[in-house]
Amino acid sequence: MGWFKRLKEGIQTATKYKKEAPDGLWYKCNSCGETSTVKELRENFFKCPKCSYHVRIGSHDYFDLIFDGRYEELHPDLIAVDRLKFTDLKPYPDRLAEAHRKTGLADAMTIAVGKVKKRSLVIAAMDFSFIGGSMGSVVGEKISLAINHCLEHRMPFMIISKSGGARMMESAFSLMQMAKTSAKLSLLAKAGIPYFSFLTDPTTGGVTASFAMLGDMNFAEPNALIGFAGPRVIKETIKRDLPEGFQTSEFLLEHGFLDFIVDRKDLRETIADLLQLFDSAPQPATPE
Amino acid sequence: MVFLEFEKPLEKLYEQLDKIKQVGESGELDVEPMIKELETKIRNTRKEIYSNLSGWEKVQLSRHPERPYTLYYINQMCKKFVELHGDRYFKDDKAIVGGLANMDGQTVMIIGHQKGVNTKMRQYRNFGMANPEGYRKALRLMKMAERFNFPVVTLIDTPGAYPGIEAEERGQAEAIARNMFEMAQLRVPIVCVVIGEGASGGAIGIGLGDRVYMLEYTWYSVISPESCSSILWRSWDFKEQAAEALKLTADDMYEFNIIDGIIKEPVGGAHSAPEETAKIVKRQIKKAIAELQELTPEERIEQRINKYASIGVYERVPLSITDNEAAAFGGDSDAEEDLSN
Repeated sequence: MGWFKRLKEGIQTATKYKKEAPDGLWYKCNSCGETSTVKELRENFFKCPKCSYHVRIGSHDYFDLIFDGRYEELHPDLIAVDRLKFTDLKPYPDRLAEAHRKTGLADAMTIAVGKVKKRSLVIAAMDFSFIGGSMGSVVGEKISLAINHCLEHRMPFMIISKSGGARMMESAFSLMQMAKTSAKLSLLAKAGIPYFSFLTDPTTGGVTASFAMLGDMNFAEPNALIGFAGPRVIKETIKRDLPEGFQTSEFLLEHGFLDFIVDRKDLRETIADLLQLFDSAPQPATPE
Repeated sequence: MVFLEFEKPLEKLYEQLDKIKQVGESGELDVEPMIKELETKIRNTRKEIYSNLSGWEKVQLSRHPERPYTLYYINQMCKKFVELHGDRYFKDDKAIVGGLANMDGQTVMIIGHQKGVNTKMRQYRNFGMANPEGYRKALRLMKMAERFNFPVVTLIDTPGAYPGIEAEERGQAEAIARNMFEMAQLRVPIVCVVIGEGASGGAIGIGLGDRVYMLEYTWYSVISPESCSSILWRSWDFKEQAAEALKLTADDMYEFNIIDGIIKEPVGGAHSAPEETAKIVKRQIKKAIAELQELTPEERIEQRINKYASIGVYERVPLSITDNEAAAFGGDSDAEEDLSN
């Protein structure tokens, strides 16, 4: 199997159309309100050139930032099924179709295999633009398939989380993806294969309470919202204001739930360093 | 007795029964035949009401104030329960209880969410909403069970993990995630029973097992009907619809192959016959443990992980989007809707 080219032409949307990052000429920062050109933004790793705010980007943008050029997407053909016939204000299939039309993505998770400074890595990356990056059966299954790939080829694994949590329209199925992904990750740990959890803005709910917190190391982009319950829910529950900087990356680092925070410009170097450190470790780790 | 909204016809019949009994006490009339007739009527009405419950009505039953909670089940099902406290890091969470107990000669580690039986106790138990230390206590007890080869039984009954500032500071998400990760690899049998509310991460944080059962009038979902209504319908008033849409009943869960069985409750629900309910639950737990003890730890772990790995619905289709079509999508990504939980 060739890893570094797209094998099935026409089956996927070309990467250039999948960018979640802003298009057009100008970008107005969500954080500082300053305007810069999109060209500047791109050259600055999709960070605001003025205030370093990390703009939300999509799975393929991360693949482009991290991998040595080409990568192969795995299982791009999985799509969600409306098993519950779920209808709130809109039927679930309509929401799916709309998300697909807007983003060109099949679901909120894309998995790919490629090399980072010549070392193999499997990355599963989430897209917030697809129904809030919510986790349903497809997200869980893709993580499961990515883990199978890692086990089979003894490759390290990384998940880039960016999600509001579990997808309500799949109810218990989405809840069970928390158990499914956690159970599958236990197989990687047992096999002595490293798993890096990279948390980006935002990572909340069932995603945080499963695979995002289970990395051999957990690291995050600066100032990302990371938590279990959403800030609004907490505020409504405790009926008082939340402290400054609550549920940010820095808050989680301070409380001991992150190993470090990494600026997007250093991401590729950091991952390459980690892969190198793990590569020289004697394998496999001794079982209990 | 507490009557729920849909039990109103029953309440009327009980009122009539009381009145007739009062008349009977005055000794002037022979009311025996009338009492008999009314009791038959009550039985039939109850059967009728309970044979046709909606999702929302089952949610209400799962929260019935007289419904038995974890400690009741433990004391009914086991002898010599020794409750064990604390997570050894921070404190003892009162919303999750656990300890060693003797179930007909077999030592088991039994753990569950605990709700309070009156206003004061409900506060003491934080309404069955655990903090991270509750999940960490549960994990400590499960690891102890593993060391001594005791089966683990968990009883699930929570409106959710507690959403508070301190819970976030101490890593609510990490605690729940860690439990699932460790439970997947635990070498002893794990049997889980949803005895009331099975709300989201708070439930599954002690809910990953070889066998998962639900009592008949309980629910299991990624979100409570109320919260679902507030997010998706943008109003608190659509909880009935949300309860239907979420397909959260035991029947639904069994049909979806998400649980391994439904434990039938006596007509009228667990609260109308708690002792009998505890007996039925115990029978199911013992049967499951006996079956699981036939397997080696490796077989159990493999089957357990395979079971969870197979949960999910999706299909594979060729995504026939050509580049031209994709170009028509443009780069529109600003219309993000946060519809997740």
